[in-house]
Amino acid sequence: MYKVKVYVTLRESVLDPQGKAVMSSLHKMGQSEVEDVRIGKYLELTLQKGDYDLDEKIVNMCSKLLSNPVIEDYRYEVEEVVAQ
Amino acid sequence: MKFAVIVFPGSNCDTDMYHAVKDELGAEVEYVWHDATNLNQFDGILLPGGFSYGDYLRSGAIAQFSNVMTEVVKTANEGKPVLGVCNGFQILLETGLLPGAMRRNESLKFICQPEELVVENTSTIFTTQYEKGEVISVPVAHGEGNYYCDQNTLQQLKANNQIVFTYKNNPNGSVENIAGITNEEGNVLGMMPHPERAVDELLGSKDGLKLFQSIVKSWRERYVAAT
Repeated sequence: MYKVKVYVTLRESVLDPQGKAVMSSLHKMGQSEVEDVRIGKYLELTLQKGDYDLDEKIVNMCSKLLSNPVIEDYRYEVEEVVAQ
Repeated sequence: MKFAVIVFPGSNCDTDMYHAVKDELGAEVEYVWHDATNLNQFDGILLPGGFSYGDYLRSGAIAQFSNVMTEVVKTANEGKPVLGVCNGFQILLETGLLPGAMRRNESLKFICQPEELVVENTSTIFTTQYEKGEVISVPVAHGEGNYYCDQNTLQQLKANNQIVFTYKNNPNGSVENIAGITNEEGNVLGMMPHPERAVDELLGSKDGLKLFQSIVKSWRERYVAAT
């Protein structure tokens, strides 16, 4: 089995109003060193091993459904796990 | 002319849309469930507002893989009119029938109020009954209606006259005050404001009715007059 960890964030060029609100709250907390906050999503997929190209499959899922390429970027990590 | 109102789990403006078409416009209309696999009998498709599939992942994202959306894409490619309002607009963006994407409103607040819209393009099948530059009052109700597209796409939208409605007082941060756009062919319209909620003076405005009347008029000119 594979465990795939997918991180989806708004693209750098897209304003993140939620991140801005959280940053201003952190500043009010006294955390003046915080320069930027970006809010994103974290997804964990568990995949059966098989006769397929793992990267191709992940890229396909990420670009067609898990993220919207118009406004979002994604990156992912893969871990091999032993089925319980 | 016969319309379909597509109903997804989580749609909540489907009844308003049905009422606007049946009672105010006086055209034929049927509800169509999201697992339908054939839309051949319909001349126009209406995607209502709401929170399809709970808006999980992103607004409109899950809906794009429903059975009925394959048929909606087919219908759009045949040149028939497709109107997506609010969540319906978000679904059209996620499906790729329209360019761009929706972000959270700049204020992070859900906005529910009448908005003044400027009719920018009266040559589409959705707007022939309006005057160019006419200001109409149509309510909005959304948390994610902040339209975004990159500069290239924006230039294309302008060059092809695809921007149909703009906000007079931009409530959500949308690029270029965009409230509604069509595809390049002009037969698919997505808009965040709700014309189906502005079809009777009792509702505070009937400015939305002319949009539906425009669709029927264009259809009659194309199909009835030709026979």
